[in-house]
This record gives sequence, structure tokens and C-alpha cells, in this order.
Amino acid sequence: MIGHIHSIETCGTVDGPGMRFVVFFKGCPMRCAYCHNPDTWDPKGGEDHTVEDLLAQYDSLKDFYKNGGITATGGEPLMQIDFLIELFEKAKAKGIHTCLDTSGVIFHRDNLELLAKFERLAKVTDLVMLDIKHIDPEEHKKLCKQPNENILDFAKFLDEQGIDIWIRHVIVKDITLIDQYLDELGYFIGGLMHLKALDVLPYHNMGEVKYKNLGMEYPLQGMEPLTKEDAIHAREIILNGARRRRQEIKNT
Amino acid sequence: MRSEWNGFTGGNWEKFVDVRDFIQKNYTPYEGDDSFLAGPTQNTTDLWAQVMDLTKKEREAGGVLDMDTKVVSTLTSHGPGYLDKDKETIVGFQTDKPFKRGMNVYGGLRMAMKACEDNGYKVDDEIVDFFSKHRKTHNEGVFDVYDSEIRKCRTNHIVTGLPDAYGRGRIIGDYRRVALYGTDFLIQDKLAQKESFGTVYTDDVIRGKEEISEQIKALKELTAMAKSYGFDISQPAKNVQEAIQWTYFGYLGAVKEQNGAAMSLGRTATFLDVYAERDLAAGTFTEEQIQEFIDHFVMKLRCVKFARTPEYNQIFAGDPVWVTESLGGMGVDGRTLVSKMSFRYLNTLNNLGTSPEPNLTVLWSTRLPLGWKQFCAKMSIKSSSIQYENDDMMRPLHGDDYGIACCVSSMVIGKEMQFFGARANLAKCLLYAINGGVDECTGVQVGPKYRPVEGDGPLDYDDVMAKFDDMMEWLAGVYVSALNIIHYMHDKYAYERIQMALHDRDVKRYFATGVAGLSIVADSLSAIKYAKVKPVRNEQGIVVSYETEGDFPKYGNNDDRVDEIATYVVTTFMDKLRKRHVYRNGIPTQSILTITSNVTYGKNTGDTPCGRKHGAPFAPGANPLHKRDTHGAVASLASVAKIPFKDAQDGISNTFSVIPGALGKEDQVFAGDIELDLSK
Repeated sequence: MIGHIHSIETCGTVDGPGMRFVVFFKGCPMRCAYCHNPDTWDPKGGEDHTVEDLLAQYDSLKDFYKNGGITATGGEPLMQIDFLIELFEKAKAKGIHTCLDTSGVIFHRDNLELLAKFERLAKVTDLVMLDIKHIDPEEHKKLCKQPNENILDFAKFLDEQGIDIWIRHVIVKDITLIDQYLDELGYFIGGLMHLKALDVLPYHNMGEVKYKNLGMEYPLQGMEPLTKEDAIHAREIILNGARRRRQEIKNT
Repeated sequence: MRSEWNGFTGGNWEKFVDVRDFIQKNYTPYEGDDSFLAGPTQNTTDLWAQVMDLTKKEREAGGVLDMDTKVVSTLTSHGPGYLDKDKETIVGFQTDKPFKRGMNVYGGLRMAMKACEDNGYKVDDEIVDFFSKHRKTHNEGVFDVYDSEIRKCRTNHIVTGLPDAYGRGRIIGDYRRVALYGTDFLIQDKLAQKESFGTVYTDDVIRGKEEISEQIKALKELTAMAKSYGFDISQPAKNVQEAIQWTYFGYLGAVKEQNGAAMSLGRTATFLDVYAERDLAAGTFTEEQIQEFIDHFVMKLRCVKFARTPEYNQIFAGDPVWVTESLGGMGVDGRTLVSKMSFRYLNTLNNLGTSPEPNLTVLWSTRLPLGWKQFCAKMSIKSSSIQYENDDMMRPLHGDDYGIACCVSSMVIGKEMQFFGARANLAKCLLYAINGGVDECTGVQVGPKYRPVEGDGPLDYDDVMAKFDDMMEWLAGVYVSALNIIHYMHDKYAYERIQMALHDRDVKRYFATGVAGLSIVADSLSAIKYAKVKPVRNEQGIVVSYETEGDFPKYGNNDDRVDEIATYVVTTFMDKLRKRHVYRNGIPTQSILTITSNVTYGKNTGDTPCGRKHGAPFAPGANPLHKRDTHGAVASLASVAKIPFKDAQDGISNTFSVIPGALGKEDQVFAGDIELDLSK
């Protein structure tokens, strides 16, 4: 099988635990306003790779990844779920730690054929970094041009499957830096028993130049990068929401 | 046991000069964290403010505040110098006052004169007269012997930076010996060594005995120097303050006598910690006092200065002394060599602020204690002033009492030294192969008149490789010849008396060579092999540029097709060096570590087949060429890591900078396993 890969980062230090071999998949159905990789949206283009050649590259560098592993990101890796399953199955067979960085947007529980694939993928995935763009369904649509119900359902699916979950959440002023939504997000993720980390991502505008190069308009023109103080504040609100949920669960 | 040694565990070290044995029997490995450390005392802060003020004045004066032009620097040439005698707990400057640069002439008179003139000073006429008429220098000796071929190689920059007009450096005296034994014991030991040669007077024996006599004189002068500061170093140090002071006097003697290209300190911290532990247990000194001694010691090391020329500073990118101190590492018995003193040395970056000197070098092992690793990481983030080297790679070769001279040259303290040999420009060598020994910049026939590449068609890989092999053979020969002359003369006219007095009789001498332009050679040969490279000739028919069609594998992407070329070149050139006769039974080694002179190399090297233009800087050391590595840092590092250490034993450098955000998550923002306790 051939995968369409945007690029490979051999020194991944921010996409999962340890140092990682990060594979950026081509193609994404989301159109998040703050996306800093718009060059990965188009499913066409990129480099063609087989699972074998990716793992051969990994093998030649494996001394660097003793405490890390492989991360599939993009783009949206789930758009090439068959390739992803093959990659993770063969990686797992070699004892490599597998991590999927996803928005979960492809997930639909009522599509049984697809669900079977997700169950197969779950068996060979050690960690999912689920990026919840917005907790509010309407705001989510505005931000990403996609609904979020199936994404939240994907979080529950992962929890049922017993997979470690990191929740990633980009904080943007006036969009997600709103206490009510942050608290709601916290309340939701507090219900995930396999939650292992919260990765608050402060908005930055380093992606802007890519829009320019692609001849596209940048949706967040003029938006200031988030300050560290605001990021710490957001983290606290989310964690408080999560604690409230845990308390409720304990009480019942 | 001698009273100064009370409380120490005895052993072989009591009878023979054996500092390692003393350390191993007495040191306390430290596996805790940095919470015990003390901040600066008021005296430390005051003294450092004085140093900063002098630094400012020096800068305002154009780089030099004061120079001696009358007195040649020797161990006893100057009376004592102080910042503020009442506040300093560790004393000693190279001249009679701080920031006044001494005059070192034995390396070369012209260099000493130029260093003065370029800074607005003039060497006293009597000195010039004396060193012109009555006393030959190293530099004069070398040029008395150089042949026309070597001279041409120098002026055309295929061999560069040779220590033929300045001090070679790269020798580390075992300064700890002064503290542990005192100079009387060391002199007795040297007298016995002198007798141990026997009576068959070969050249080697005559030279050996004469050198040891010089060493003994130097030890006596060192004792006199210390006496001028009011200390009797003829006897062992009695406590940690004296141990630091005695050790520093040993080093101070070296930097008074030699203006070397790198004057490194060695591996002193854990040795000194033995004294600190004894004094802490006895209540002689507090933690705060011991930190103050170290702060003052390091302050002195930061004030070491030499008279140098602007050209020298250009090659070395500034005015470095390379006061390298090697910290930490693991012992061969599995215990860590990290001690509380290792922490105190790094803590000087807190107490005095960040500084490039001394060059604090952490010998890194995966098995180092976690508390030390965390402190190193913390101080690196804070100061960007710590160098790391691979202890796991060097320990099998040198054991656990080696140190780093300059930036990467490893040697066992007091038992090994090196003959510093600058470097050969391999990129230029490849161009000479193509042009039959004619320099592409000057048009001069520098190398042998071998058959050049003929015609205007694309370069043929096998043809170029064969020619390159021949040209490397020639270059290795002329390069080693130059170095043989240089080190012969340096030993004769600018012998490192005090540094060698702090060595064993039989020293292992590494004959250190080096190469520049590895990534250019690898990419150029790859281009010739995998793409089409057409030569472009000037009117004289010299190939001065290249037209490249098509893509080719580039070094720095973990691509074996080109990485194997790089490895092949390193091993091949090393083997050619090994074939040569080497001065004083030196062991040839090679380095790939141009860190500072890449702009100069670029200016003096014409267009190369890899697409690099005349004037574009070389990549540092074994780095890939700028922007040629496109697969991320790990792939780039993997290419460098393929270069065999056995054929580049004097060090392989890879200069690498990252923004902090690219190293991992901000821990105040990211909530991982521990922070994510939702039960609170």
C-alpha cells in the first residue's frame, strides 16, 4: 500500500512522549481558522511512501527514539486509515510506541465497516492525541466548518477501548479563550477515564506565511499570539472543570 | 601519613604521583539535587562588579586595557596582582595587575610585536634586540627549516592555522598535583626520573634529561611565584581553600609562560571535592565559604588574557583561552564521578552570571545521576554556556581521568598530551585534484603537477576519485612534514616547562591533525556521481566553476549513498596520515572540528562541484552544508554519527542550535501524568 505523505520530521519533540519520528499525512477535511499546516489540506501531492520504507527509515534512527516512537499526524491521518492501520500494525510488531495525532473528524459509529477499521486501529495504537477544536457544536462549525458531535463521540470510543488519551486544545483569544467553554471542555474530558495529559496549545501565527505562499487569505489576520499567562489561565480553567466532573463521578 | 593528608584513605598515591588513585579512594559520589548550593557572598558580588567594570573599560579602550611591553612573561616575571586583596579568597594574576596582558615572546617575536602594535603598543627596543640577536624563537626555528612547498601550501591556504608563529597549546598540566603533593615532592619525583634514564646518551635521552631539568627549574620558580603571594606551595595543601589556590597557581604558571591556542584546566572539581567534604565534616568551612572559593577561582579563570593579533582573533572568532574544565562523567567501576563540587562549578553561572570561560564541559553518560542531569539541563537553559561531550564514547579509550583540551581533544590528565596541528583544507584538495595541483584562486602550481581533469564533458566519478586519492596522499605528506618541523621547534624554543613538569616522565603524545570542508567534499563527490557536473574553465584553462544538472544525495539526510562517501574520505585521509613518519613517536589522530574559522576558509576556496560558490562559508566541523539537510535534526545527526571515531579520534563536532520551544513542551502549560491529578 502507498501512503501520501506531506513530510517527515525526524526530531519530533512536541508530538507525543519522548523524541519521535513524526509522519505528516497529506489531506484534511477540516478547515480550522488557525491551522498552521494548510499545505497539508490537499490529499493530492506529497511524497509516496510504503510502510516498509518508513519503518526502514525509523530503524536506521531508532537509537534516538528509545523513549519515544512514531507519531502519525498531518493533515488528518485517518483520511488514509487503511495505510495508517498497516503502518501501526507493522510498527507495533516491532515494539515501537505508536501515537496518533488526530481531530477524530472521520469517526462515525453508525458506519459499521468504518467502525471495524477503527477497532482494528485501536488494537495497535498506544496513545491518541485528540485535538478538540471547540467544545461548543455551533462554535465548532464556525471555526472548522465541521460538526463536533462525532469528535466527542470518538473521545468516548477511545475511552471504551482503553487507549491512553491526551487532549490537545488550541487557545485563541475571543474564540476558545472563553471561560465558559474552557470549563465545559474540562467537564467533558473529566469524564474520560484514560485521560493522561492536557496539552494546551497557545495560538501562534507562524502558519500565516504558508497561507501567503499558497496564495490564500489568512482567516485570523491580525490575531496576536497567545501569551503564556493566558495559556496558564486556560489550563487551570480546564483542569478545574475536569476535577468537578471527577468529583461528581466519585459521588455517584 | 603526612599531617596534611589526615582523614584521607591512603594508597599507592601516598608513595607515587597518582592523583587518580587518590580520587578513587577518597571521593564521594553525589546523586542528589542542587538544593544544597549557596548563592554569592557580598565579597563575590563586589569583586565581580570590579571585573565587569574593568571589562567595560577594556571594551571602551578598543579591546585591550593594558599590555606589558618591557618584561617578558615568565613564572616569576611579575610581582603579585590583586583586585581587592582583602576580599579575594583565591589570588593571582598573570601580571602585576588585572587586565594587563603579559608579553610572550618565545613562540615568535614578530607575533609578539604585532600583537602589541595592532593594539597601539610597542615592544621595548631592548627586547626586540635581544630576541633578534641572542635568543631564537620557535617561529624563527620553524621558518629556518620550512621548504618552498610548505610555504606555498601556507600562502595558498590548503594548510591553514599552523601553530608556527604562536603557542601550540592543547597541553593540560595536572595542576591537581601541586595541591596534593606540594612542589618539594614533585621535584624529588622529577629528580628520580632524571636519574632513571641511564647513561646511554641517545638524542632522546639527552633531550629527555634536559627537559626534566627545565621542569625542575619551573617547579622551583612556581614555588617562588606562590611565595610572592604569601603561600608555601612546597608542601601539600591543608584544606580546600589551599587546594584550590595551589591548583590555580599551577594553572597560573602555565598561562604566564605560554600563550597557547588552548590553555585548558583539566578535571579538577571532584578532586577538590575530597578536600571540601573533609572540611565540611570537620566544620572548617561552611558551604557558603566553599562556594565563595570556587566563585573566586572561576572569576580568576575568567580574567585570563593574552596579547593577540586581530588576525588571530579572526581565525578563532574572538579571543578565546579555552579554559576547559571537564565535569562529571562515570567511573570505570560504575560509580558516578559527579560530586557536589561539580554542582558548585556550574553554580558559578548563577553566582557570577553567564560566561564562555571557563569552558564548562559536561562529560555526558546516559548513566549519570538524574539530579545532575536535571541541574545541567536547568543551567543550560538558563546560561547557554555548557558544552556536552560523550563520556560513554571516550571512557573506553581513556579511562575515567581524562580531560578535554580546547573544545574536543581528549587526553588522560598528566599522562597524555597532544601536538596541536591545525588543519588541512580537503575541499581545496579536491579542487587541486581536478586542476592538477594548480590553485583555483591564485593560479599558482602549489601541489604536484599531476594530470588534471581533461575536456569539458561531465566529470567522471572514478576519474576524479583516483585523482583525489593521489592528491590526498601528497597533502598528507606535506602537512605532516610541516607539523614535524613545528613541534620539533616548539619543544626546542618554547618548551612548556611547567605544564610538562605536571606530567609523567613517559607521556603519550597524540599527533593531532585536522581537516576542513568534509561536507563540501562529500556533496561534491555525490554530485559528480549522481548528477551531471560540467567544469567551467577560465582563460588559462583552470577549472574555476561547475554547472550541475540534476539532483544528488546530500550529506546530512541519513542517506548512505553520500554518507558513505564522507566516511570513506575520513578513513582514507587518516590512513594516509598514519603512513607518515611522525615526530617523537606521536600517534596520529584527526579532527573534524572547525568551529570558528569557516568564513575564512570560504573566502580562500573557489567554487566547488556541490554548487557552493567561492566565498561562501564552509559548514562548521562535520556539519552538513547550510540548508542541505532537509529531513530534520535527527537525520542530520545520524549522518554525522556515521563518521568513525577511530579515524577522527581528536574529535568530531556538529554545531547545532535549536529554539527552546523545539526541544519540548513548556512545563507550565503542558499538564502531563504527574500534574494531571484530577482527584484534588
